[in-house]
Amino acid sequence: MNKETNYRVPTMAELAANGESPEVLFWVGCAGSFDDRYKKVTIAFVKILNHVGVKFAVLGTEETCTGDPARRAGNEFLFQMQAMANIQVLDGYGIKKIVTACPHCFNTLKNEYPELGGKYEVLHHSQFLQQLINEGKVTLKGGGDFKGHRITYHDSCYLGRANKIYEAPREVLQALDADLVEMKRSRDRGLCCGAGGAQYFKEPEPGRKDINVERTEEALATGAETIAVACPFCMTMMTDGIKNKDREDSVKVYDLAELVAKAQSL
Amino acid sequence: MSILQQILFLVALGATGWFLTQRIHLIRRAIQLGKPEDRTDRPGERLNIMLRVAFGQKKMMTNVTVGLMHFVIYLGFIIVNIEVLEIILDGILGTHRLFAPYLGGVYPFLINTFEMLALGVWLVCAGFLIRRYVTKVPRFQPERHREMGRWPRTDATLILTFEILLMTAFLLWNASDTVLRQRAVGHYAELQGLEPFVISQFLMPLFAGWSDTALVVCERLTWWFHILGILFFAVYVTYSKHLHIVLAFPNTYFSNLAPKGEMKNMPEITKEVQLMLGITQADPDETPAEPGRFGAKDVRDLTWKNLMDAYSCTECGRCTAACPANITGKKLSPRKIMMDTRDRLEDIQRGWQTNGPDFDDGKALLGDYITAEEINACTTCQACVQECPVNINPLEIIVQLRRYKIMEEAQAPASWNAMFSNVENNMAPWKFSPGDRFNWAEQVNQ
Repeated sequence: MNKETNYRVPTMAELAANGESPEVLFWVGCAGSFDDRYKKVTIAFVKILNHVGVKFAVLGTEETCTGDPARRAGNEFLFQMQAMANIQVLDGYGIKKIVTACPHCFNTLKNEYPELGGKYEVLHHSQFLQQLINEGKVTLKGGGDFKGHRITYHDSCYLGRANKIYEAPREVLQALDADLVEMKRSRDRGLCCGAGGAQYFKEPEPGRKDINVERTEEALATGAETIAVACPFCMTMMTDGIKNKDREDSVKVYDLAELVAKAQSL
Repeated sequence: MSILQQILFLVALGATGWFLTQRIHLIRRAIQLGKPEDRTDRPGERLNIMLRVAFGQKKMMTNVTVGLMHFVIYLGFIIVNIEVLEIILDGILGTHRLFAPYLGGVYPFLINTFEMLALGVWLVCAGFLIRRYVTKVPRFQPERHREMGRWPRTDATLILTFEILLMTAFLLWNASDTVLRQRAVGHYAELQGLEPFVISQFLMPLFAGWSDTALVVCERLTWWFHILGILFFAVYVTYSKHLHIVLAFPNTYFSNLAPKGEMKNMPEITKEVQLMLGITQADPDETPAEPGRFGAKDVRDLTWKNLMDAYSCTECGRCTAACPANITGKKLSPRKIMMDTRDRLEDIQRGWQTNGPDFDDGKALLGDYITAEEINACTTCQACVQECPVNINPLEIIVQLRRYKIMEEAQAPASWNAMFSNVENNMAPWKFSPGDRFNWAEQVNQ
């Protein structure tokens, strides 16, 4: 198989120094940069980008939080401070097109930055992967690792209801030739993992149950061996839910990019 | 006798008109308490949404059985009301079935259609009562939802019972009228060509042994009950959750057209942040703007659309049944957010009526009606917005209340304050050094 060992992660600063510009900026996000589990998703996506030969770059240490959690919690000042600082950096490099694996970054960059002056073409990595598959740049062999493997896809609120992206992630999974099964609540009726609206950054309010446990039970009821996610916060919440149910031996949580990279043996 | 009835009818009609005008004026004034927001752009798209969501009941069809049941009542309401036009004209002019001689064969066709719909409405209303009180659909139960207290349940029961009574009166009226026609009593003989109607013919045997006088009394009583009931209902609706029958239309027309994930910008803050970052220079000639309130503490801080949403809510609870916080036992219920907003507005209305237009009870939506615990439980997942059959947006109110809580009162849960300070100082919601942000790249080739 294609065993590339020299994957490159160019930064915007390097490209700009050489007078070059990328096709697309990969917006890594805070979870993608710091969360140990989610860094694997960042790396998987970088491997795919290298593999297909897309000219990309990252901001590296120049990237900062989009401000999404601050805005949802109600701290509009902090959000706008972050947003404007980011827009200055992005515009400074003349960025036109952005791809990100985080639906929260995606939603903020795509829908909320334009009013503050930051106008870019923004794609979620599920859309980007779908395009690569459709264009034949990523070919997933049928009958491969995932043949007959039961996968359920958990819709991220900020991808699904927020931006009506329901099909792209599913098409990516279908290309794996896996056995895609739906949960009782899916697509526009999908149940939140419990992390949105800055809930991820605080204890839940008093209640009968944690939301991620409720959602995990629904995912487990499908009998899937893999829960596919497309959001760093969903990933943590579902992984914690699996632990809570003592099923971490038999059920795994993977991001779309990891599944694609795996199918490509990257 | 006829003249007396005509006078009584005009009095009833006038009184209804007067009460309705008062109520509409009051509700309009309450909605206008809200801040301005332009929702008139892209009229074609708006019309399209209104036609699909309100007229076409698109979102009601997610549950096909209930959607169709509701559709029968909706159709019944719109179509049977064509008959109300004849009834009102008969009432004013002292005529009897005014349209019958002019419409020929169309008239019995129309009445038969009305009768079938009336039976449909009757059955569906009975079905809805059964769903509330026998099969106990969870979202209506006060044991599970504290906002479903005495008045909301009474309101729902009254509406359903009332519609059953109105439809019963309509059918009994047609039945007694037909018997009188067949017996050729007085002026009833004039329409003798009219055959018995499709549903009410089965009620005619009830009147078999009745005297002509008793029949005339029954015909008049059911006719009066039916029309007075409708007039009363028209006024009652303005006090009730049932107001959605009118407001569903404007409320869907003025829907939010932006993606559901987009939170509304606060331009007043943009200005300050731009000054702070040195992106723009302060204009020395500009008079400093009145320091407004950030976010919403009370209904006056919300937009008129948020307030129209509150009056459009029929408390069906689809939002709450889809809310992840509510499903897992948190205090948040999007339906309660809407009901609280309307309750607040109606308390202000009552204050206006008793204490004049400058009424201020010192209360506020946030604190006296909605608590921080409720708004803090929201995951902003937009399931409530998605579910609402008339495009109400509880999420907008929740985030506006949050903005007030954070920016005006600086009252955030401690871990949110920690997150804020991390974003501000470490450029990420966690306490990592910004210099380590790119360290992941070292693992790419491992």
